[in-house]
Amino acid sequence: MAALGAPLRTLRALLRELRHAAGRSYRDSPAYRHVLSAFREHRVTSEKLCRAQQELHFQAATYLCLLRSVREHEALHREYHGRGERSPQEVAGLVGFRLPQQPGGKG
Amino acid sequence: KRFYQSVSISQGEGGFEINLDHRKLKTPQAKLFTVPSEALAIAVATEWDSQKDTIKFYTMHLTTLCNTALDNPTQRNKKQLIRAAVKFLETDTVCYRVEEPPALAELQKNEWDPVVAWAEKRYNVTIGSSTSILGPNIPASTKDTFVSHLASYNMWALQGIEFVITQLKSLILSMSLIDRHITVEKAVLLSRLEEEYQIRRWGNVEWAHDYDLCELRARTAAGTLFVHLCSESSTVKHKLLQD
Repeated sequence: MAALGAPLRTLRALLRELRHAAGRSYRDSPAYRHVLSAFREHRVTSEKLCRAQQELHFQAATYLCLLRSVREHEALHREYHGRGERSPQEVAGLVGFRLPQQPGGKG
Repeated sequence: KRFYQSVSISQGEGGFEINLDHRKLKTPQAKLFTVPSEALAIAVATEWDSQKDTIKFYTMHLTTLCNTALDNPTQRNKKQLIRAAVKFLETDTVCYRVEEPPALAELQKNEWDPVVAWAEKRYNVTIGSSTSILGPNIPASTKDTFVSHLASYNMWALQGIEFVITQLKSLILSMSLIDRHITVEKAVLLSRLEEEYQIRRWGNVEWAHDYDLCELRARTAAGTLFVHLCSESSTVKHKLLQD
């Protein structure tokens, strides 16, 4: 079984990621409710090595990795890969010019 | 470009469906989007609900995987998928070793040998590793074992498995991940061992290295989650409380 750490830590991080993803009404989102109820369901067990519990924890950790990586990837994309071209106004502004306002286009 | 207000799930005849407002989501080939697992549907719905002003399809890995499973654009049947997956063993990353620089060779030995050993024990096969340019010599019996093991997965799960293998460039790492022996982060690290080694030597370039790292992690995590959600049968056994 993979080294996963404490389930509570994974759960908290996962809920935090869901909050980022959803916005205002994150507590009503199906994902939030599903994760919480799944964890609650599997909490009541006396076995330390409960297989279903471990499977759930692994799934939660995997989903956490997914949400986190997607968020980080998007942030990197926005910062480095997303700006696109500058408009003509911006380009002119770079060298201190202003484009002339001509009503009918160039003569 | 986000054209919908709310995202919800409903249960139809074929499985669970995604609703964008009141419209039912469809695949690129215009089939009705249905998934066999409720948890998977919830995760897909979350992907759609996370989109802000514009829809960024490249971040919606689970949706993409479901579309691939539903449309099967490469038109492959189960046998072909399994064959493609097992074929990767011949060029499996963790079996393909360098001889120099010695530090990298040592790192490969220390990090990859345990995983190969695990696979050999778990599946009762011989795999080995090789520094030859031709790659390792995988015995036919080993391939047969993996073929029959993969045959126990359904078509959807297999699409996911093949996807993970393509991302990690390794059948062994993928099985290790799917069998929950290692985490996604560890699998990605092992897959990118040489890159990590070079980064440690020459430095990290955020817009390239981290970008690739996050993308690989996202895809691998999506693929793994997809496989598990498509092949699980969750039964909650209630233990009787003793008075």
